[in-house]
Amino acid sequence: MKPTLLLGTRKGLIAYRFANGNWSVENLSFEGVPVSIAYSDERTGTWWACLDNGHWGVKLHRSTDRGNTWSEVTAPAYPEGAEVKDGMPATTRYLWSMAHGGKKFPSRLWIGTDPGGLFMSEDGGNNFQLVESLWNHPTRKEGWFGGGRDLPGIHSILVDPRNEDHIHIGISCAGVFETMDAGKTWSIRNKGMSADFLPDPNAETGYDPHIVVAAHTNPDVLWQQNHCGIFRSVDGAKNWLEIDQSGGPAYFGFAITVAEDNADQAWVAPAHSDVTRTAIKGSLCICRTDDGGKTWKEQRKGLPQQNCFDIVYRHCLASSGEAVAFGTTTGNLFYSPDRGESWQVLNNYLPMVYSVQFAD
Amino acid sequence: MPNVKFTYALKRFFPALKEIPAGGKSFREIFTELEIHYPGITSYILDEQGSLRKHVNIFIDGKMIHDRKTLSDVFTNNSEIYIMQALSGG
Repeated sequence: MKPTLLLGTRKGLIAYRFANGNWSVENLSFEGVPVSIAYSDERTGTWWACLDNGHWGVKLHRSTDRGNTWSEVTAPAYPEGAEVKDGMPATTRYLWSMAHGGKKFPSRLWIGTDPGGLFMSEDGGNNFQLVESLWNHPTRKEGWFGGGRDLPGIHSILVDPRNEDHIHIGISCAGVFETMDAGKTWSIRNKGMSADFLPDPNAETGYDPHIVVAAHTNPDVLWQQNHCGIFRSVDGAKNWLEIDQSGGPAYFGFAITVAEDNADQAWVAPAHSDVTRTAIKGSLCICRTDDGGKTWKEQRKGLPQQNCFDIVYRHCLASSGEAVAFGTTTGNLFYSPDRGESWQVLNNYLPMVYSVQFAD
Repeated sequence: MPNVKFTYALKRFFPALKEIPAGGKSFREIFTELEIHYPGITSYILDEQGSLRKHVNIFIDGKMIHDRKTLSDVFTNNSEIYIMQALSGG
């Protein structure tokens, strides 16, 4: 297990550190400021804080000393004249995902934003440029729309470690897109998906993958917790298969995480339908599959089983080795040392949690 | 030259921030000068397309500006320009 838990919350960045069998808070930064994503670049150990200063706009900071000091860098910005739709100027409204570019490209970083632009840095994050090919994709203006946020947003960026120019992204609402050439050209990868909220449930775009993740041991195995169920692909997103639990809780939700050592094992955090978005019947459970989604097991030991309203946002469920952790909308942070078999409370009094990441 | 005042809320990001005379006949010129003293401050007040951020207001001699998009409101050499934020959030 990586011994750090990095949290983005509605009131700051909070880092927990595991030592001598206990988790304790190591760092609090940006107190009072919404941190949409707290991200540690595993190549360098640099921490990134994506800030959503409500009044003053979206900002980006980085720290090379585990949050003791931070420096602001220029946040991704849309070029002059960029438009979300005709007559609607594009500005960066939210930083919703961040990924490093891989070992072959040590200075490369990716950031996904609302209103739907993907940004790339080739200089270690000093400057980010809009990926014009995706922004100019013929489906964007008419075929993408808001989901989770008012305007389209990119919440998932998956860099293939075998070929780091090969990337999948997840967009709400558009679906999954793939590039083989570091963003120069894009293919839509929604085959097998469904979108029962659309007038045409088999449209080319408009899908709502709440989060998309890849298996560490086999990057061709992709999972997504979608608005309309849970889906899995074993061929690099060329085909998706619905794998949610018939009649069980593993269906609607936002988060999913895959075991580091097993492409068939994953966890989801079920919620009660898109209508209420609360814990199911007032009780919190995590569901785990060990067989690629054929069967699901409810994991409740140590989690509140009554009077509970928590749900888990899309970036807030993470795993590392035997450990699993998640943070909730009502500020609870849970940790399991045994792949979800049992849960411990790390904190009941956090702000709303926006992101959880295990880091070194 | 116009005198520019700031809400205290911006001091969190620019601790040395204080009232400052700033030469310029347009807001574009004012912000160019503010950047010299407080690099990066424009991005806190305007978005990347040059419009006033949603929860920020600018007053000229006590009156709120009308043109939030291109900031074409007129001020004089003796004007007081006050930059403040909405009292919102929680």
